[in-house]
Amino acid sequence: MILWWIGNLVLLAVVLPVVVYLLRGVLETATSIVPSVQEIAKAAAAGSKDLDAAALLLTTQDQVTKTVAGVANYGGSLDVILDDA
Amino acid sequence: MMGGAMAPVLAFAAADAVTILAVGLIVVALVYYLVSVIAQLRKITAGLDETIASVGEIVQKSAPVNDVVTTINQQLDAGVDLLEGLLVKKAGMSDAVGLVDGMYAGAAAAGFRNFPESSTVKAPRIGEVYTKGTLTLARLGREAPIASGNPAGPALRDVEGGSLAARLLYPEIRQTMPTSLARSPVIGTDAPVQYEQRDDIGKPRKRLPGRV
Repeated sequence: MILWWIGNLVLLAVVLPVVVYLLRGVLETATSIVPSVQEIAKAAAAGSKDLDAAALLLTTQDQVTKTVAGVANYGGSLDVILDDA
Repeated sequence: MMGGAMAPVLAFAAADAVTILAVGLIVVALVYYLVSVIAQLRKITAGLDETIASVGEIVQKSAPVNDVVTTINQQLDAGVDLLEGLLVKKAGMSDAVGLVDGMYAGAAAAGFRNFPESSTVKAPRIGEVYTKGTLTLARLGREAPIASGNPAGPALRDVEGGSLAARLLYPEIRQTMPTSLARSPVIGTDAPVQYEQRDDIGKPRKRLPGRV
Protein backbone atom coordinates (compact mmCIF):
# COMPACT_ATOMS: atom_id res chain seq x y z
CA MET A 1 0.00 0.00 0.00
CA ILE A 2 2.80 2.35 0.85
CA LEU A 3 4.54 1.46 -2.36
CA TRP A 4 1.40 2.34 -4.24
CA TRP A 5 1.28 5.77 -2.69
CA ILE A 6 4.95 6.24 -3.37
CA GLY A 7 4.25 5.24 -7.00
CA ASN A 8 1.44 7.77 -7.17
CA LEU A 9 3.67 10.40 -5.72
CA VAL A 10 6.39 9.66 -8.24
CA LEU A 11 3.79 9.70 -11.01
CA LEU A 12 2.54 13.13 -10.04
CA ALA A 13 5.79 14.69 -8.90
CA VAL A 14 8.23 13.29 -11.45
CA VAL A 15 6.62 11.63 -14.46
CA LEU A 16 3.99 14.27 -15.14
CA PRO A 17 6.43 17.24 -14.99
CA VAL A 18 8.94 15.38 -17.15
CA VAL A 19 6.25 14.55 -19.72
CA VAL A 20 5.03 18.13 -19.72
CA TYR A 21 8.59 19.45 -20.00
CA LEU A 22 9.45 17.22 -22.93
CA LEU A 23 6.20 17.87 -24.79
CA ARG A 24 6.54 21.58 -24.21
CA GLY A 25 10.02 21.50 -25.70
CA VAL A 26 8.76 19.67 -28.76
CA LEU A 27 5.92 22.16 -29.17
CA GLU A 28 8.22 25.18 -28.83
CA THR A 29 10.62 23.72 -31.38
CA ALA A 30 7.81 22.99 -33.84
CA THR A 31 6.41 26.48 -33.29
CA SER A 32 9.79 28.07 -33.95
CA ILE A 33 10.15 26.17 -37.21
CA VAL A 34 6.94 27.59 -38.69
CA PRO A 35 8.18 31.20 -39.22
CA SER A 36 11.40 29.92 -40.76
CA VAL A 37 9.51 27.71 -43.18
CA GLN A 38 7.24 30.59 -44.11
CA GLU A 39 10.26 32.84 -44.74
CA ILE A 40 11.84 30.12 -46.87
CA ALA A 41 8.62 29.81 -48.85
CA LYS A 42 8.57 33.58 -49.42
CA ALA A 43 12.23 33.59 -50.47
CA ALA A 44 11.69 30.70 -52.86
CA ALA A 45 8.66 32.44 -54.38
CA ALA A 46 10.67 35.65 -54.78
CA GLY A 47 13.54 33.71 -56.33
CA SER A 48 11.19 32.07 -58.75
CA LYS A 49 9.77 35.47 -59.67
CA ASP A 50 13.26 36.89 -60.17
CA LEU A 51 13.98 34.14 -62.65
CA ASP A 52 11.10 35.25 -64.85
CA ALA A 53 13.67 37.32 -66.77
CA ALA A 54 15.75 34.23 -67.48
CA ALA A 55 13.72 33.68 -70.63
CA LEU A 56 15.17 36.95 -71.95
CA LEU A 57 18.55 35.25 -72.05
CA LEU A 58 17.43 33.67 -75.29
CA THR A 59 17.02 37.17 -76.74
CA THR A 60 20.40 38.13 -75.30
CA GLN A 61 21.93 35.07 -76.91
CA ASP A 62 20.44 36.02 -80.26
CA GLN A 63 21.64 39.62 -79.90
CA VAL A 64 25.15 38.50 -78.96
CA THR A 65 25.27 36.22 -81.96
CA LYS A 66 24.22 39.05 -84.26
CA THR A 67 26.65 41.49 -82.63
CA VAL A 68 29.59 39.12 -82.93
CA ALA A 69 28.64 38.46 -86.54
CA GLY A 70 28.60 42.23 -87.16
CA VAL A 71 31.97 42.60 -85.45
CA ALA A 72 33.31 39.78 -87.59
CA ASN A 73 32.11 41.50 -90.75
CA TYR A 74 33.55 44.81 -89.59
CA GLY A 75 36.84 43.13 -88.71
CA GLY A 76 36.94 41.45 -92.09
CA SER A 77 36.47 44.81 -93.80
CA LEU A 78 39.19 46.37 -91.63
CA ASP A 79 41.45 43.49 -92.46
CA VAL A 80 41.04 44.32 -96.15
CA ILE A 81 41.26 48.12 -95.79
CA LEU A 82 44.19 48.43 -93.37
CA ASP A 83 47.67 47.22 -94.05
CA ASP A 84 49.28 44.73 -91.76
CA ALA A 85 51.90 45.88 -89.31
CA MET B 1 -15.49 -5.58 12.33
CA MET B 2 -17.00 -3.58 9.48
CA GLY B 3 -14.89 -0.51 10.23
CA GLY B 4 -11.67 -2.49 10.33
CA ALA B 5 -12.46 -4.12 6.99
CA MET B 6 -13.54 -0.91 5.27
CA ALA B 7 -10.40 1.06 6.12
CA PRO B 8 -8.04 -0.84 3.77
CA VAL B 9 -10.70 -0.79 1.07
CA LEU B 10 -11.03 2.95 1.32
CA ALA B 11 -7.27 3.28 1.32
CA PHE B 12 -7.04 1.23 -1.87
CA ALA B 13 -9.91 3.23 -3.39
CA ALA B 14 -8.09 6.48 -2.57
CA ALA B 15 -4.86 5.16 -4.04
CA ASP B 16 -6.74 4.08 -7.18
CA ALA B 17 -8.32 7.48 -7.49
CA VAL B 18 -4.97 9.24 -7.18
CA THR B 19 -3.45 6.89 -9.74
CA ILE B 20 -6.32 7.44 -12.13
CA LEU B 21 -6.02 11.19 -11.58
CA ALA B 22 -2.29 11.14 -12.26
CA VAL B 23 -2.68 9.05 -15.38
CA GLY B 24 -5.54 11.25 -16.50
CA LEU B 25 -3.41 14.36 -16.05
CA ILE B 26 -0.60 12.77 -18.03
CA VAL B 27 -3.02 11.81 -20.80
CA VAL B 28 -4.48 15.32 -20.87
CA ALA B 29 -1.00 16.81 -21.11
CA LEU B 30 -0.12 14.37 -23.86
CA VAL B 31 -3.26 15.18 -25.80
CA TYR B 32 -2.87 18.92 -25.44
CA TYR B 33 0.75 19.09 -26.45
CA LEU B 34 0.58 16.46 -29.16
CA VAL B 35 -2.42 18.14 -30.77
CA SER B 36 -0.56 21.45 -30.67
CA VAL B 37 2.49 19.83 -32.22
CA ILE B 38 0.32 18.32 -34.93
CA ALA B 39 -1.14 21.73 -35.71
CA GLN B 40 2.35 23.21 -36.01
CA LEU B 41 3.50 20.32 -38.17
CA ARG B 42 0.56 20.93 -40.48
CA LYS B 43 1.66 24.55 -40.87
CA ILE B 44 5.18 23.37 -41.57
CA THR B 45 3.91 20.93 -44.16
CA ALA B 46 1.91 23.67 -45.88
CA GLY B 47 4.93 25.96 -45.92
CA LEU B 48 7.15 23.24 -47.30
CA ASP B 49 4.61 22.51 -50.00
CA GLU B 50 4.78 26.15 -51.11
CA THR B 51 8.56 26.04 -50.93
CA ILE B 52 8.76 22.88 -52.99
CA ALA B 53 6.47 24.39 -55.61
CA SER B 54 8.60 27.54 -55.84
CA VAL B 55 11.83 25.54 -55.92
CA GLY B 56 10.35 23.48 -58.73
CA GLU B 57 9.67 26.67 -60.65
CA ILE B 58 13.22 27.84 -60.00
CA VAL B 59 14.63 24.58 -61.29
CA GLN B 60 12.38 24.73 -64.34
CA LYS B 61 13.19 28.36 -65.15
CA SER B 62 16.92 28.04 -64.58
CA ALA B 63 17.29 24.84 -66.56
CA PRO B 64 18.26 26.49 -69.90
CA VAL B 65 20.40 29.19 -68.29
CA ASN B 66 23.56 27.10 -68.25
CA ASP B 67 23.41 26.29 -71.95
CA VAL B 68 22.48 29.83 -72.94
CA VAL B 69 25.23 31.42 -70.88
CA THR B 70 27.73 28.90 -72.21
CA THR B 71 26.73 29.76 -75.76
CA ILE B 72 26.95 33.50 -75.06
CA ASN B 73 30.40 33.05 -73.58
CA GLN B 74 31.51 31.07 -76.60
CA GLN B 75 30.24 33.80 -78.90
CA LEU B 76 31.97 36.50 -76.88
CA ASP B 77 35.17 34.44 -76.78
CA ALA B 78 35.06 34.23 -80.55
CA GLY B 79 34.59 38.01 -80.74
CA VAL B 80 37.52 38.63 -78.39
CA ASP B 81 39.71 36.24 -80.36
CA LEU B 82 38.78 38.01 -83.56
CA LEU B 83 39.44 41.51 -82.26
CA GLU B 84 42.69 40.54 -80.53
CA GLY B 85 43.95 38.82 -83.65
CA LEU B 86 42.98 41.76 -85.86
CA LEU B 87 44.60 44.28 -83.51
CA VAL B 88 47.86 42.34 -83.28
CA LYS B 89 47.87 41.74 -87.04
CA LYS B 90 47.32 45.37 -87.95
CA ALA B 91 49.17 47.23 -85.20
CA GLY B 92 51.84 44.72 -84.32
CA MET B 93 52.29 43.13 -80.95
CA SER B 94 54.13 46.03 -79.33
CA ASP B 95 51.78 48.79 -80.48
CA ALA B 96 48.75 46.63 -79.81
CA VAL B 97 49.83 46.13 -76.23
CA GLY B 98 50.62 49.83 -75.92
CA LEU B 99 47.27 50.83 -77.38
CA VAL B 100 45.36 48.58 -75.00
CA ASP B 101 47.46 49.76 -72.06
CA GLY B 102 46.86 53.36 -73.09
CA MET B 103 43.11 52.92 -72.96
CA TYR B 104 42.99 50.60 -69.98
CA ALA B 105 45.91 51.33 -67.69
CA GLY B 106 47.55 48.17 -66.42
CA ALA B 107 45.94 45.91 -69.00
CA ALA B 108 49.30 45.23 -70.61
CA ALA B 109 50.36 43.17 -67.63
CA ALA B 110 47.57 40.69 -68.32
CA GLY B 111 48.42 40.54 -72.01
CA PHE B 112 46.22 39.15 -74.73
CA ARG B 113 44.44 35.93 -74.13
CA ASN B 114 45.47 34.22 -77.34
CA PHE B 115 49.00 35.65 -77.33
CA PRO B 116 50.72 34.50 -74.14
CA GLU B 117 53.93 36.24 -75.19
CA SER B 118 52.11 39.58 -75.09
CA SER B 119 52.30 39.66 -71.31
CA THR B 120 56.08 39.95 -71.56
CA VAL B 121 56.04 42.74 -74.14
CA LYS B 122 56.99 46.13 -72.74
CA ALA B 123 54.09 48.37 -73.64
CA PRO B 124 55.07 51.60 -75.42
CA ARG B 125 53.58 54.63 -73.76
CA ILE B 126 51.13 55.39 -76.52
CA GLY B 127 48.82 57.03 -74.03
CA GLU B 128 51.44 59.77 -73.51
CA VAL B 129 52.16 60.22 -77.21
CA TYR B 130 48.56 60.68 -78.25
CA THR B 131 45.76 62.47 -76.54
CA LYS B 132 43.09 60.49 -74.85
CA GLY B 133 40.65 61.85 -77.42
CA THR B 134 42.75 60.41 -80.21
CA LEU B 135 42.76 57.05 -78.53
CA THR B 136 39.03 57.32 -78.07
CA LEU B 137 38.58 58.06 -81.75
CA ALA B 138 40.79 55.09 -82.55
CA ARG B 139 38.64 52.99 -80.30
CA LEU B 140 35.55 54.23 -82.09
CA GLY B 141 37.01 53.31 -85.46
CA ARG B 142 37.98 56.75 -86.73
CA GLU B 143 41.21 56.89 -88.68
CA ALA B 144 43.41 58.44 -86.05
CA PRO B 145 47.15 58.49 -86.79
CA ILE B 146 47.95 55.82 -84.28
CA ALA B 147 51.55 54.60 -84.39
CA SER B 148 52.49 57.12 -87.07
CA GLY B 149 55.24 58.31 -84.74
CA ASN B 150 57.86 56.35 -82.89
CA PRO B 151 56.76 55.70 -79.33
CA ALA B 152 60.38 55.75 -78.26
CA GLY B 153 60.86 59.28 -79.64
CA PRO B 154 59.69 62.58 -78.23
CA ALA B 155 56.03 63.00 -77.49
CA LEU B 156 53.98 64.30 -80.41
CA ARG B 157 51.45 65.82 -78.10
CA ASP B 158 52.20 69.28 -76.79
CA VAL B 159 51.09 69.46 -73.21
CA GLU B 160 50.43 73.22 -73.44
CA GLY B 161 48.58 73.06 -76.73
CA GLY B 162 47.16 69.58 -76.75
CA SER B 163 44.35 70.50 -79.14
CA LEU B 164 46.74 70.32 -82.10
CA ALA B 165 46.63 66.53 -82.11
CA ALA B 166 42.87 66.59 -82.35
CA ARG B 167 42.93 69.44 -84.90
CA LEU B 168 45.13 67.40 -87.21
CA LEU B 169 42.29 64.96 -87.59
CA TYR B 170 40.18 67.55 -89.42
CA PRO B 171 40.50 68.69 -93.07
CA GLU B 172 43.57 70.70 -93.99
CA ILE B 173 43.17 74.49 -93.63
CA ARG B 174 46.01 76.23 -91.86
CA GLN B 175 47.77 73.76 -89.62
CA THR B 176 50.47 72.93 -92.21
CA MET B 177 50.71 76.54 -93.42
CA PRO B 178 49.78 76.07 -97.10
CA THR B 179 51.16 78.52 -99.69
CA SER B 180 47.92 79.00 -101.61
CA LEU B 181 45.81 80.40 -98.84
CA ALA B 182 43.61 83.38 -99.77
CA ARG B 183 45.34 86.67 -98.98
CA SER B 184 43.98 89.50 -96.90
CA PRO B 185 43.31 92.86 -98.76
CA VAL B 186 46.30 95.24 -98.89
CA ILE B 187 45.78 98.81 -97.77
CA GLY B 188 48.01 101.87 -97.77
CA THR B 189 49.66 104.23 -100.28
CA ASP B 190 51.40 101.37 -102.08
CA ALA B 191 48.31 99.19 -102.22
CA PRO B 192 47.56 97.70 -105.65
CA VAL B 193 44.06 99.16 -105.55
CA GLN B 194 43.86 102.91 -104.89
CA TYR B 195 40.70 104.85 -104.16
CA GLU B 196 40.05 108.60 -104.73
CA GLN B 197 40.35 110.70 -101.61
CA ARG B 198 37.16 112.40 -100.53
CA ASP B 199 37.24 116.18 -100.31
CA ASP B 200 35.31 116.42 -97.11
CA ILE B 201 37.73 114.34 -95.14
CA GLY B 202 39.62 116.49 -92.68
CA LYS B 203 37.29 119.52 -93.06
CA PRO B 204 34.78 120.77 -90.43
CA ARG B 205 31.57 118.84 -90.26
CA LYS B 206 28.62 120.37 -92.13
CA ARG B 207 25.89 121.89 -90.00
CA LEU B 208 22.67 120.01 -89.96
CA PRO B 209 19.77 121.75 -91.82
CA GLY B 210 17.51 122.08 -88.83
CA ARG B 211 19.91 124.17 -86.75
CA VAL B 212 20.43 127.95 -87.13
